[in-house]
Amino acid sequence: MSRGNQTEIRQSRLLRSDVYRLGASGLKSRPTRVVLSALGIAIGIAAMIAVVGISTSSRAKLDAELASLGTNLLTVQPGTSITGQDTTLPVESTGKVGLIRGVSTAGAVATLPDVKVYRSRLIDADKSGGIVVQAADPHLLGLLDGTLRQGAWLTKATANYPTVVLGGIAADRLGIVSPGSQIWLGDTQFTVIGILDALPLAPDLDTSAFIGEAFATARFDWDGKPTIIFERSADAEVETVRTLLPRTVNPENPENVRVSRPSDALAAKNAADLAFTGLLVGLGSVALLVGGIGVANTMVISVLERRREIGLRRALGATQGHIRTQFLAEALLLSALGGLAGTVIGFGVIAMFAGTNGWPISVPPVVFAGGIGATMLIGAVAGLYPAIRASKTPPTAALNG
Amino acid sequence: MSDSVIELDQVVRDYGSPPVRAVDHVSLSVARGEFVAVVGPSGSGKSSLLNIIGTLDRPTSGRTIIDGHDVDTMNDAALSALRAYRIGFVFQQFHLTDGVSALDTVADGLIYTGTPRAERRRRAVASLTRVGLAHRLDHQPHQLSGGERQRVAIARATVSDPTLLLADEPTGNLDQRSGASVLELLHELNTTGTTIVVITHDVRLAEQMPRRITIRDGRVVEDDQEAPA
Repeated sequence: MSRGNQTEIRQSRLLRSDVYRLGASGLKSRPTRVVLSALGIAIGIAAMIAVVGISTSSRAKLDAELASLGTNLLTVQPGTSITGQDTTLPVESTGKVGLIRGVSTAGAVATLPDVKVYRSRLIDADKSGGIVVQAADPHLLGLLDGTLRQGAWLTKATANYPTVVLGGIAADRLGIVSPGSQIWLGDTQFTVIGILDALPLAPDLDTSAFIGEAFATARFDWDGKPTIIFERSADAEVETVRTLLPRTVNPENPENVRVSRPSDALAAKNAADLAFTGLLVGLGSVALLVGGIGVANTMVISVLERRREIGLRRALGATQGHIRTQFLAEALLLSALGGLAGTVIGFGVIAMFAGTNGWPISVPPVVFAGGIGATMLIGAVAGLYPAIRASKTPPTAALNG
Repeated sequence: MSDSVIELDQVVRDYGSPPVRAVDHVSLSVARGEFVAVVGPSGSGKSSLLNIIGTLDRPTSGRTIIDGHDVDTMNDAALSALRAYRIGFVFQQFHLTDGVSALDTVADGLIYTGTPRAERRRRAVASLTRVGLAHRLDHQPHQLSGGERQRVAIARATVSDPTLLLADEPTGNLDQRSGASVLELLHELNTTGTTIVVITHDVRLAEQMPRRITIRDGRVVEDDQEAPA
């Protein structure tokens, strides 16, 4: 007997292009099963991408809003005293705020609680529509970055006359669409000279009717105490100004003064949205997990069904590694299909949602990368066990059928 | 006979516990270019023997040398390489995949040799031509007769020009005429130098081969060789 009469045998080799081909052909032979198990992954990925995309799109909208409104607006309001009583801001507070170093503009509104607004004198006195009359500073509109839907804002001149500017919602409630209309504040007839758009930084004021301070004093005996003071300063000074405000406004009882930043409220609302997003992402990942289990299940069944194919491949010279690679490639391909479909569906949902809400579509590319990455990871994890199991199938399976 | 393709020495294969002895101290030697029938009734251990010769299974004890390689000392990768380059298998159930053309089926016989696809297909055409199926390249299994399917399987087994062709009941699922033509094809391949071992329970089939090794209860009971013609 001669040993080594043969040249050394080369290694079994499987070309990379053949790995893809084998994986694809394994899937092609079972299309229905592939679609169904890829669907699980697709739904999970779509849910996650859509949720993240919708929240980033809404944040993009908010960021744009904040950027245009600015975050340097502070409001000063009366708080409650230690004994729990409502307090008021002292007269002349607005002027004092304007003197603080760093403050560029300050303006105020003062609610006139006893004055009601009516479209005509024939309306029942109880049906005031919840519209609040405010004595407003001429600076107010600029401070709030407000814009006019119609007409003009109060000026030093018009503030001396029975002229009124309506907040957007107030105008809607009264049915006023254009300046020049007459309305009644208490028993005084006023001319509407302007209608505002919505005020994003002070949504409470949308239901207000603004009149000049001078006329408020003359006609309604306004005591000169502001209800809300608004001020803007340079961005860098906001924190300094914030600490100075209570003492400046009410040196006697600074604790009775409440200072807040409207942009913080908007951001807080968004943070609440984010918490909700977290929940939905959680649900999406559960869907993804279930999808992954679906892939693993499909692959395990596939391995059991294909014992003969595995045996044949071993007889044709496949190593255990080749069989493992083949089944892993199949699982990866399967979940990649799901991931791709899910990404497309998810993006469609975002586009639809953003479109109907008038948001910009803003999805960080990392979300897509993360989605695809998660899919591949799931495919690898879900495919590993079936692939190892396939590679352990004895080569004699082909003969024993 | 310095040039053995198969060299078995006291090979034993036990299955299960308590052990059932499927192959019982078999020693045999097959030279290059031989055409051998391993014949025996079902359950005689001839399939177990084929698995060992084909390196699909390892013996419990004994030495196995296939094409000059000591199988007992080889790892999975080396055994797989031996199968990829040196051993071809033909099965009773053909093992063709639905929806795959004859050409691609045969080309897949080279997939684990790392041969590029174009080259695989080129050699597949040659191999199919050799088995007389040059006109059936694009046919799928369901479009082929039983005899043609087995020819495709033989073309796949021989596309890598193996030293050794192992056939397990190659005519078992075929009618007599198809069986005869498949056998004729094997004879032709043998004359081109391929060593062929056919496993069968059919004594009449075995009688058409130059050498018959009869197995019963896992033991070689007869090794009947005709004088070379």
